[in-house]
Amino acid sequence: MTGPDASVALCARGLGFQYRRRGGRALQDCEFTVPGGRITALVGRNGAGKSTLLHLAGGLLRPGSGQLRVLGAVPGTSEARARVALLTQDKPLYPRFTVADTLLMGEKLNSSWDRTTAERIVREGDIPFHARIGELSPGRRTRVALALALGKRPELLLLDEPLADLDPVARGEIMAGLMAEAAERGINIVLSSHVLPELEEICDWVLVLQDGRIKLSEDVEDLRQSHAVLIGAADQAGTLAGQHTVVQSRTSGRQLTALIRRHGPLRGDWHVERPRLEDVLIGYLQPGEPGHPAPAERTKAAA
Amino acid sequence: MIDYRIDRGSGVPAYVQIVEQTERALRMGTLQVGDKLPTAKEVVAATAINPNTVLRAYRDMEQAGLVELRRGLGTFVTRSLARPGVEDDSPLRGEIADWVTRARAAGLERADVLALVTAALDAYDSKHDSTTPGDRERKKEDA
Repeated sequence: MTGPDASVALCARGLGFQYRRRGGRALQDCEFTVPGGRITALVGRNGAGKSTLLHLAGGLLRPGSGQLRVLGAVPGTSEARARVALLTQDKPLYPRFTVADTLLMGEKLNSSWDRTTAERIVREGDIPFHARIGELSPGRRTRVALALALGKRPELLLLDEPLADLDPVARGEIMAGLMAEAAERGINIVLSSHVLPELEEICDWVLVLQDGRIKLSEDVEDLRQSHAVLIGAADQAGTLAGQHTVVQSRTSGRQLTALIRRHGPLRGDWHVERPRLEDVLIGYLQPGEPGHPAPAERTKAAA
Repeated sequence: MIDYRIDRGSGVPAYVQIVEQTERALRMGTLQVGDKLPTAKEVVAATAINPNTVLRAYRDMEQAGLVELRRGLGTFVTRSLARPGVEDDSPLRGEIADWVTRARAAGLERADVLALVTAALDAYDSKHDSTTPGDRERKKEDA
């Protein structure tokens, strides 16, 4: 939607963070740039640091080291707060407020407020304005929280597991509504999720976090083009080493299945499949590096 | 108007699915010259896919000369893909119906029939180096 020179949505340099109580580093040496106009999937296993990163971007936490910029601004500053909306997993709403009160609160708290959009999102979910937040189903509460976030007219919308407690129909509706907003306004969206199939065809940029470090920050189409799933005889595994990056490989009997990042032409006799985004992401999320043996016996460490 | 259906599990990128479904509608005549395609917002509101994907499909079809993007108005069909040979009562259709009857009588299964047709098409195309705009996308994906 936006050209290559469009502003940068998110940029981290040497970003680190440590929770005082929990110990251990939640984020470490994170370096990445998410270009503007993207719908970004923030992917990682439980505890990888997804929520921490989103809380930092939303200005709810301060970096322990390094720096993070949202739309070029320091998170938490008034400049950033006016342009960035964060929807956290707990969706902090007042349970005793009615839906109408909640939207009114949004109007009072934000310098610019798009009442039409906020009310439309609520109405599309058939939610009565006089209902109390505490009485709403989780799906409807998510919708109200989203209305509150989008009513701000943010340029960058950060969503932490927005679909986690929704049924499949509500998930589809919420996602379709978000995409429609993105189509109309060209807003940047960063959403964390571990439901990988749902990200297919939604996201055009991925950030993969593993143990607090950034493992991938890349365009989805590039990612799919550069990777391949190979199926062939296990004794030709040697033709891959050195030239291509073997992300994940599995041998069963005489057959080898491997996810590789291609560098140049393939040698050997392989059946080549184009991976889905999900295949690539799972390849990177599974522990398979030397020194971190995979739990599954047959999964060989990446060469 | 056309309703797009996106199959996320197929491995075929959504923009290719949109192009293919549009072309199919053009061949069947359910979309005709002058018809307006749904806006990107309408498509994503119905399918929950990335809006950039829709725009990319529309751009590809514009480059292929199938549609025209008119600023502020929308995307319109400029060329039909309906061909005289594919109507219900055309000679070509009658011939292949007869052929399919003979193939079935000879015990060929659906997959055998499709494989024969594909092989014949491939042989013809490689000899004459001819591809039509409709073939273009899939070829590119296969490469």
